[in-house]
This record gives sequence, structure tokens and C-alpha cells, in this order.
Amino acid sequence: MGVEITSPNFKANAREALDDNSLQKALGLTVEKGFIKKRRLAADALPEFEALRDAARDIKNHTLDHLDLYIEAFEKKVVENGGHVHFAEDAAAARQIALDICRKAGARTVTKGKSMITEEVGLNDFLQENGIVPIETDLGEYIIQLRGEHPSHIIAPAIHVNKAQVEAEFRRVHTALPPDRDLREPESLLAEARGILRDRFLAADVGVTGANFCVAETGTTIIVTNEGNGDLTQTLPRVHVVFASIEKIVPTLEDASQILRVLARSATGQDMSVYTTFSTGPKRPEDPDGPEEFHVILLDNGRSALLGTPFQEMLRCIRCGACMNHCPVYQAIGGHAYGWVYPGPIGSVLTPAVIGIEQSMHLPSASTFCGRCEGVCPMRIPLPKLMRLWRDKAHDEKVVPTAQRFGLGLWVLLARRPKLYHLAMSVGMPLLAAFAGSRGRFRSLPFAGGWTRHRDLPAPQGRTFQQQWRARRFGR
Amino acid sequence: MNGRDAVLGKIRQALGAGADKAARQAAVDQRLATAPRGVIPARGQLPDADRIAFFIEMAEKYNASVARAATADQVPAAIAEFLRAHNLPPNLRRGDDPRLAALPFDKTPNIEITTGASDGSDPVGLSHALAGVAESGTLVLTSGGDNPTTLNFLPDTHIVLVSASDIHGDYETAWDQIRGQFGKGALPRSVNWVTGPSRSADIEQTLLLGAHGPRRLHIIVVG
Ligand code: SF4
Repeated sequence: MGVEITSPNFKANAREALDDNSLQKALGLTVEKGFIKKRRLAADALPEFEALRDAARDIKNHTLDHLDLYIEAFEKKVVENGGHVHFAEDAAAARQIALDICRKAGARTVTKGKSMITEEVGLNDFLQENGIVPIETDLGEYIIQLRGEHPSHIIAPAIHVNKAQVEAEFRRVHTALPPDRDLREPESLLAEARGILRDRFLAADVGVTGANFCVAETGTTIIVTNEGNGDLTQTLPRVHVVFASIEKIVPTLEDASQILRVLARSATGQDMSVYTTFSTGPKRPEDPDGPEEFHVILLDNGRSALLGTPFQEMLRCIRCGACMNHCPVYQAIGGHAYGWVYPGPIGSVLTPAVIGIEQSMHLPSASTFCGRCEGVCPMRIPLPKLMRLWRDKAHDEKVVPTAQRFGLGLWVLLARRPKLYHLAMSVGMPLLAAFAGSRGRFRSLPFAGGWTRHRDLPAPQGRTFQQQWRARRFGR
Repeated sequence: MNGRDAVLGKIRQALGAGADKAARQAAVDQRLATAPRGVIPARGQLPDADRIAFFIEMAEKYNASVARAATADQVPAAIAEFLRAHNLPPNLRRGDDPRLAALPFDKTPNIEITTGASDGSDPVGLSHALAGVAESGTLVLTSGGDNPTTLNFLPDTHIVLVSASDIHGDYETAWDQIRGQFGKGALPRSVNWVTGPSRSADIEQTLLLGAHGPRRLHIIVVG
């Protein structure tokens, strides 16, 4: 049950992705020209951006160290405001809680705002199997729901789909659509989806959203969107169900505001998303609109096991997507190849924690360790270090194939003997740089076919780290 | 064991939380009580005149249109002009906000006004924001009979009034205002930060306005 896992086939998935022309075109178009530039402009425009990243990191560290207490405080406030908090140890429990709420509400259709956690627990399939129709309302999510797919990016779920494919899907499903309606441009596609989904919003019995944050001070859940679909999802139906994982808690509204300042800038380069909505309990007696019931489902699903370990740092993640936007591996293969809900560097660290390293041992290796992800992560999560830790773990637990273990063994041998290492590297580096040519990336490399078959290797800049370090430090 | 005890138990065990319970609780209580402000960008601390100009600049950056009215009396004419310029129907829907009820629409007789939440059939919603935040051109709207939340999202066009004196530099000052009005630790059911009209870039990264929420956001700064 839950989302199908294809992470064990990562290598085959990646090869397929590299050969998929329309995917390659979409990735080139969107990731390199869009997100990266926008993030840089937004970060450069705010002199305090780096200080805000530090503040955001510190807030989450403090919260995670006191997570049990902040959850209790949050729960108390939600209840005081007339809402309910449900705790789910795993995906199955979370699905069942949601189903029970829907059944009690007599729900036939459920509208959904964008939520990665409901993807994680496989909510849509489960509701469907139980006779309740889930309708995704974020434009990208709606498109991929029609296509029977899962998101390939955490904030741009349909990044792999082109407009002709969207048109084909709308013509297939929206049967009342006149054949002569022009749907060639994104504008007309959006108008079509908006019209169809408007009726769905108004007819739904239950609205399900995720949460970017849960504020302990006030018992508030926060969603951040640009389309407004999340707001219609949670304002119009009689019942609002919020899915949040335990690490979404922040202490105060001020703390949330600090992190919000780095979220949109890192994600889309906006100073603030269009809609940032703070929801506190169900409708009050004096309210003319809003839901009558307010439920929060707090999901653990493997996260508590990361607390108190080096992987605790991963729980600071605010799902901005910057790490995947800047990842050369993600840029080359897109999100689906990773084989589970969360792609990119964040997925390579989180997936093993949730589905187990046996199923996902390739993911932490799907990295060039270029460090760009850590460089842009607004929460300063040391993603490369954590990927390396998973590799060590996989190695220790002997889930890694012998050839690779031997390769790593060789590296250890070199690394423990600095002289030998320097010699090997200073000979190897200029050679590699010469091979790479002007593109700065290898598509194939002798003796490293296992690497370059599935990803390009960024070419070294011609000097080893130690050489550069010495040059910087001592002016040599 | 129920889900709650199981999840909280696992968290406590993983954190090794036990002996120092009192100290941990004190740290949590203190943060919740004092709500420290953190890093406030310089652009969120501009003096009065610059602050309003920056609010307008940022709102326009995010595709809102902005007009100014020196007094509330001038608002109906400003609204009429906006509707005419964009060829919009002269039908407004608003909540019971006394500041909206007091607007002298008798001088613009062709504008028809209805009140209450929206069912999705209203072309133009009219709201009064509680505050504005200059650092990102953001409006702060609160739910209730005064300004029903559905008016923020269902009409195709949203006209929002904000008092010049309620335009703050940063979000934190807006929270202070809300705490002053609703009490510490309490919020209205919904607080909506709105920065520009609804948008989507989900199809080939083409930026389009008017995804599910309003296509047009018009702000009138009063005072
Ligand atoms: S790991 Fe960092 S960069 Fe990646 S999604 Fe999470 S917060 Fe964003």
C-alpha cells in the first residue's frame, strides 16, 4: 500500500530519463533558466538573506530539541480553538484517520491542496479504493493526477510535462470540451482547468491540505501557495483536514515569519508567495464562511527515529526545492527516476530514512558531491555529508555490491595515506580536466562506466582541493 | 498504546528527554511567551514616507495595481474609475466592515453593492485589510463577518482598502497589531497574507495570473 517504490531500479530509471527527449527538453527549459536565476536574484536583493538562513536554522534546531513539548503546546492550542489533533505513527495510520474523518462527514468528494505528505502516505489511492473521489486542485498536481503520475518536483509537480501533453490530457478527460476550442497555449489550458475545478471546490465535502508550518504559540497551521487553490480547498468544504509531519512545528508567529522570509526566495525567487494563510481552528460563531471542523493529522512515519542522530538535521527541511533545482543529477534525470516521493538531494537523504536503505541504496550515491545543494539550502542542511553517512551505513550493513565496496576500500586506502592520495590526485586531476573538454562535464570516462553511464561527472577545475587551499591560504 | 503516546514517546526517547524536563519546559515556555523577533531586514524598517512608497513598489512588483485616496470620501470615485478603466461590471460584494459601510457610495449611484460571504458568483470583491507589510508589498486580511475570507479568493477581481497608518515595515509589527486586537496567543480563524493576484507557472514555467484566486488585485491606500 502507498506509493509504488521504484528506487531499487534507480539506474534503469535514470537511463530511461536520459533518453527521454521531451523530459530533457522540459528540464533544460525550466530548471536551469527558471529557478536558479530567480533564487539568485532574490537572495542578492536581500542583504540579510544569509543572516536569515542562520536564524532559520537555529529556530528549527531549538524546536527539534524540544519537539515533544512544542507538539504538546500546539495540540493544546488547536483543541482550545475547537479543532482536533490526531497522531499517526505511520502511513497506514494516517490514511485510516483521514478515511474515518471523511466517512463521518459522509464525504463523496475530497478536494486537495498540494501536499507532499499525502503523496508519502498514498492517500489518493486509499480514498479511491474506499469509494471517495480525491481531486487535486493545484494546477500541476491536477495535471499529473489526470495522467496517473506522481510529482516529479516538490514545488513544480508537473515540471516534466509539456503543454501539448496537457492539452491531450484535458481533451481526453474533459468530455464536454468542444473540439474546436483552442488549447494550444498555457493561458487557455489554465482557463479550462480553472473552470472545471471551480465546480469541484464548491461541491467537495472535505478539503485536505498540507502544512508548511504548525505554530505552537497559537495552534495555527500555515500553507503557502501561489494559485489560491489551497485556500479554496480549506475554506469552502465543511471539513478541513491538515496533513503535517511532526517536524513542521515552529514555536511562534515570529519564528514562522523568519523562515517564511527564506522559503519563497529559495523556492521561486519571490519575496513572499502570493498566499500565506494562517488557519486556526474551525469557523467561529461570527464567521460567515470557513469549515465547521478542523483536523490536524500529525505524521511521524520514521522521522522520530532521526532525532538525536546526525540525520536530525534533515528535519529542518522546509521543502523549498532549491536543492533539486541546483543539483546536476536532478537536472540530468528529473524527479521520477529517484523512484519515490521526494527527489533530488533531499530525497536521497530522506528516502532511506522512511523506506529503508536496502530499497534506496543507490540514491545517496546519485550525487557528484559538488555541494551546490548545501550551498543553497535555506536551512543549511549538510546534504552531502548526510548522503555520505547513508553510504557508510549501506556499506556497513553490507547492502552495497562487492565491486563498489572494493572501490570505496581503495579510496580509504588512499585517503589514509596523504602522500599517496596527493600523488594520485595531482596526477589524475589535470588529466580529467583535459578529458572533459569545454562542457565541463563527462558523459563517459574510462574505468568509471558505472558512474558516467547514468550521470555526467562535473570536470575538476584542474587543481586539487588541497592545492587550491594552499594557494588561498598561503598565496601559492 | 494510542498514536499520541506512541509518537510522543518515540520523540522523547530519541531526544533522550527525561531528567531535565523542567529546564526544557522552561525554555519552551519562555520562547512562547517572549516570541523573539530575530533578523528584521533593513527594508522592513524604513521611515514613514519611504515605507508607504516601498509598499506600493513591492505590491506593483507582484502585479497588484495601487491607487491612493487622501480620505475615505474619495474611495468610491477611485473604485468607479478603476472599474470603468478595466471594463468591469459595477457590482461589488463586501462584508460588514464599518469602514466599508461608511463609504459614501451615494455619489456613484450606478455601483451596486451587496453584502456577505461569496458563493462564487460575484465579479468583484471589496475588502478592508487589517494591515499592509512594506517589505514584500503584502496585505494582511483577517476572517470574520467584517471581511469574509471567501471574498479574498472567489471573485475575479479583488479590491482591497488599507489605511496608510496600518502599513508597517515588517511582518512582526503586523503581528503586534493583531495581538493588540485579538490577544496574545489568539488569532482569528484565518489570517491571509496576500502578495499580488493569484498566479501559476505550472505549465512550462509560463507565469500566468488568475489561477484559482483573483486575476486582478487592486489596492487603495487610504490616508
Ligand atoms: S533540503 Fe534544503 S534546499 Fe532541499 S528542499 Fe529541504 S530546505 Fe529546501
